[in-house]
Amino acid sequence: VSSKRTVEFELATTGLDALGRPQRTPLGVALEEPADEDMDLGGHHMLLNLGPQHPATHGVLRLVVELDGEVVVRVIPHVGYLHSGFEKLGEYRHYNQIIPLTDRTDYLSPMANNVALALAVEKLMGLEITERCRVLRVIACEMSRIISHLVWMGTTAIDIGAFTPFLWTFYERERIYNLQEAWTGARLTTSLTRVGGLMADVPDGFTDHLREWCRNFPSTLSEVDRVLSRNGIWCSRTQGVGVLTAEEAINYSLSGPMLRASGVAYDVRKDRPYLGYETYDFDVPVGEHGDVYDRYLVRFEELRQSTRILEQALARLPDGPINLDDPRVILPPKSAAMSDMEAMIFHFKQVMEGVTAPVGEAYCSIENGKGELGYYFVSDGTAKPVRWRIRPPSFINLSALPRMSEGALLSDLIAINASVDIVMGEVDR
Amino acid sequence: VNPSVGALRERFGRAIGRALVSCGDTVVYLDRRAARQVLQWLKDTPGQQYNYLVDLTAVEYRDAERPLEVVYELFSLERRAPLRVKIELPKDAPLEVDSAVPLWRGADWLEREVFDMFGIAFRGHPDLRRILMWETYAEGHPLRKDFPLRGRFSRSEQVRQALNLRPEAHYSMEELSIAEAQRDLPTDVRERLQRGERGVIPEPGGPAERP
Repeated sequence: VSSKRTVEFELATTGLDALGRPQRTPLGVALEEPADEDMDLGGHHMLLNLGPQHPATHGVLRLVVELDGEVVVRVIPHVGYLHSGFEKLGEYRHYNQIIPLTDRTDYLSPMANNVALALAVEKLMGLEITERCRVLRVIACEMSRIISHLVWMGTTAIDIGAFTPFLWTFYERERIYNLQEAWTGARLTTSLTRVGGLMADVPDGFTDHLREWCRNFPSTLSEVDRVLSRNGIWCSRTQGVGVLTAEEAINYSLSGPMLRASGVAYDVRKDRPYLGYETYDFDVPVGEHGDVYDRYLVRFEELRQSTRILEQALARLPDGPINLDDPRVILPPKSAAMSDMEAMIFHFKQVMEGVTAPVGEAYCSIENGKGELGYYFVSDGTAKPVRWRIRPPSFINLSALPRMSEGALLSDLIAINASVDIVMGEVDR
Repeated sequence: VNPSVGALRERFGRAIGRALVSCGDTVVYLDRRAARQVLQWLKDTPGQQYNYLVDLTAVEYRDAERPLEVVYELFSLERRAPLRVKIELPKDAPLEVDSAVPLWRGADWLEREVFDMFGIAFRGHPDLRRILMWETYAEGHPLRKDFPLRGRFSRSEQVRQALNLRPEAHYSMEELSIAEAQRDLPTDVRERLQRGERGVIPEPGGPAERP
């Protein structure tokens, strides 16, 4: 009995050539004549639904695209799939209880959101924080900007077809995440700040590890620079794509790298300084063409500048308390609350009633990785805000997407959408 | 107080209401009928040049007697100066104000969000429809104080509506006009659209219930 079997199969080609290899059908040649009515696409536009579950839309963004061949005629974005009602929830919470909600808006840079919220509430209450707290918050903000830009760089490179930079940038981001975890106990839901101070001081060895990171990071950055900045494919996919002029960028209320790539030198850290940013030595990179490539260059240089700020902050980090010495705002230490009557009363009042803010309103913004992140509070004198408004930079930046992608190719739409640097947790809130 | 307030009073007189300083920020109230001209003047006049609309939002107070407020957070990129402008909308009159989209394209989505969350209509907005909630959302305007935290409908009703949402509700009529996409829809969907039933949620057990 023979174990051999003969299997018959049909070749997917038109036959074999003289050397016995399968013949290839040249690309672009139809084997059959198509029926006339199906192929007559002249003047017909196509409706393409992109998302909400699509990796190139960076979350749950949905785009309804009108296509003429491969050319985008119109883009109609649909947002709101991740709407969580954070602003409504904030009206039912004490000021310190809002901080965990801010982790979850722009979840790629949670520490900066925590800082922004604390700054806004402190402006509302007229509190002045300690010097050590100020410098630690600068460190938190710059670490956040770096991880936010690293995610942007990696995912955008993947969208455009380069896989390797993604691994390098995520490796560096992982090391920052380890530092965040050592500081707050959480990698993503950091809840770092409290009104008037911080949840915790940095642990032992933190500054040494961050210094070492600052020393090593530029070499990774130069590797990414080497594979992307002068890469022919990268340049042709990004240069001259999604151009916005300076006037348009201002008119669309864009902020952050999107605005600066169009040539407008507006950076909240320089123009409405907070946390003593005016005392740090750093440059604000500005583009000149307003295209995807310039947005890449601006973010790239911001990574270098943020590392500079981190080094300066580490060098000047003073000793001293991280929290205000004010028992109406900051919880007394547990040992005091258990032994001292007055401390126990303050503890009880803060936990049960919350920290109250005077009647008034305050808008405070910071330069986040995505752009100008602002929090607007209206208080009626109770411990819960009447209105908590998030000024969402990526929501406003995204609103210029239809303007940028009209007339572009469908594949450019992916690059343009990536260049906005959206995070849907913040767009939808 | 920001010197722009004096300039506004001089130019517009009674259309400018009270002005106050809160936490270091100047807030100035406008008459809603003058909103468009005043904002235009603030944007274009040399010496003011509030050319950057930072944010546009609304506030409703817990005191039910107080009017709603539409808040414009302005910033001058030339002079690096902020100004907050507010318009009061009493609740007994229609909640309407002129759109700022002709001045700033950035106001487009921000006004849609205020419309969605507060039910304030912006006259002259090119495309005023809900943005964060879906277009067939029927529970009201979530950031109003009379809107309960968990929504108006019960959780089971919300789930039922979500599961019964029909495919055509995900596309606006304008979108379905692309490539005459309605032509490719199943017959029953097309018939519902022709009857103008887009996004109507069938009652349980009713005649419109699908098998």
